[in-house]
Formats: sequence, C-alpha cells, structure tokens
Amino acid sequence: MAEINIAVKKVQEKFPASVLEMKTFRDEVNVTVQRKDIFEICKFLYSDPDLQYQMLADLCGVDYFPQAPRFEVVYLLYSFKNNHRLRVKIKVGEGESVLSVESIWKAADWLEREAYDLFGISFANHPDLRRILLWDGYEGHPLRKDFPVEGPDFDKPFIPEV
Amino acid sequence: MGIETYLEKTPFLPYLDWIVNWGRKYSIWPVTFGLACCALEMIVTSSATWDISRFGSEVFRPSPRQADLMIVAGTLTKKMAPMVKRIYEQMPEPKWVIAYGACACSGGVFKTYSVVQGVDKILPVDFYVPGCPPRPETLLTALVQLQKKIQNETLADRKNVRMALETEE
Repeated sequence: MAEINIAVKKVQEKFPASVLEMKTFRDEVNVTVQRKDIFEICKFLYSDPDLQYQMLADLCGVDYFPQAPRFEVVYLLYSFKNNHRLRVKIKVGEGESVLSVESIWKAADWLEREAYDLFGISFANHPDLRRILLWDGYEGHPLRKDFPVEGPDFDKPFIPEV
Repeated sequence: MGIETYLEKTPFLPYLDWIVNWGRKYSIWPVTFGLACCALEMIVTSSATWDISRFGSEVFRPSPRQADLMIVAGTLTKKMAPMVKRIYEQMPEPKWVIAYGACACSGGVFKTYSVVQGVDKILPVDFYVPGCPPRPETLLTALVQLQKKIQNETLADRKNVRMALETEE
C-alpha cells in the first residue's frame, strides 16, 4: 500500500500545484490532476526509473452531464517493474482540448479516437483524430448523456448510401 | 425480355412455370454472409445434424452473383447497411430474402441510434424468422415455406419485376 503511494508522492513533489485529489479505494489508487499538466505527468510516470508506467491499459471518457467541468478522461496505467496500477483522471469542460499522450504510449492512438468519436473530446497533437467506430459524416457523439439513445433522426426513414 | 413475353398469352405458361419453379425451389443457393450471433445458427444448419442439403440449399456461395437467397442472420447496423444493400443488388433476379433472428426482423433489443430497425427498412423480405437466436429447424421451416412460395410463382410476375428494374435505370 505504502509502495503504491510512491507514484503519487513523486508526482506531488514534481508537480505540487497539479495534484487536485488523491483517493484510495479497495487498494486502487486514483489521482485527479490538472488538465494542462497531463502530458508532462504522463511523461514523468512513463520515464521515471522508479515508476516506469510503461503500459497504458485503457483510456476512456466519462460524461457527468449536469456538472460544470462536464467530461472526465481516465488513464489506467500499469507498471511492469513494480506490478502497480494507477488511475489518473482529468476534468475536461465542453469545447476544451486535451494534450494527446499518443507520443508516449502508441496504444493511446485508437483509444483517444474512440473518446473523440463517442464523447467529442478533442485531443491536441493527435496524429490522426477522426471517428473510429461510427462512420464518416455522422453527426453527434452518442455516449453523451444528452444524446437520445434512439438517435436524433429516429423517426425519419433510413436510406443507406450504396 | 425473356421467354415469358412470348408464352404469356399461351396455355403453355403454367407448364413452363411448373418446370422452372421446380428447378428453382430445389436449388436455392444462399449467400455466405452472416452479421452476428445468428450466423452461427445458420452455419450449424448446414452441419450434419440438421443438413440443409436435404433441401438443396447446401451450396453457400461466396459471390452474390451466383446466389438466389440472402439469409440476413444477425444485427444489421447502420454502418453495415450500405454493404448489405450492395450485396443484395449484386444478386441476380430472381432473389429472395429471409430475415433470420429478432434483430434482422425488427432491430430486436437494440432500439438504438446505430441499428437498423429491421432489414425490411432497406430490403424486401420474404420470410421473417423470429427468435434470439432461432433454432436451425426454424430456418429449415422458412426454407420449406420459401419453396412453397416459389412453386406458386409465375414467370408473368417476374416479367413485371424485370420491367420495374429496367425502368428504374
């Protein structure tokens, strides 16, 4: 338990103003950091010799619709060296963009595209930010809480373009 | 125009119908084509236990141009719909469609933005097979019903289909 906190402690030392909240629930460490520092923090977690979070297990978006910073981007990291896991979160408002971590973990490429496709969170410096699951030309972001589950054009006839 | 144009007003047409339909109904070749979990039930229908070849339909064709029957087995998403419609249009006349499974019939449980609410929204469907997924026997039932339907068709009707297609272009 105390060992896992090393990561949080080092991040706090390196970025004192950035760590907003730190929470441990059932041995899972959650850290909420500032949006603008996410790239630097990820780079530090990846490259620090004591931490070496070299695997990005998942990257996903969350929508807390009525709240003020509407979205949350969650990074699930894993360190092969220490066998530790870490969950890093940032709050993102509507229309704000996040620095892409694709240059750190290649795995972030498609994961960020998925978050962009379904939530509309834009990632700056991403090499190829376009829709990954829905087709080109689709309007809207379906996993947003204010998106109707049947789609906005449910009553209209569906005509596929062949 | 085909031979039916010349035979339409003669008493020979019912005999020609009978022979042509008899040949058609025992050699319905489906397209090799499955969209979701229902496809596995369709595949197992061609296995030894259910043996779709008893009804002359064991020749699953990889090319739509050599097929008569499209078994839409599974959830049709809106992203997939253009491809399915295209495969259907590539099939030569006469052609038939079986909507196999709840999703293909009506969208099933997926009343969502990404799923076509039944393949009849984009294709003319001859038989609906409900179930989630349906048993292989129900596919065989649909096939036998389709054979009965084909036996009752007449080439005179097919002429109308062909004329409708030609005027469309």
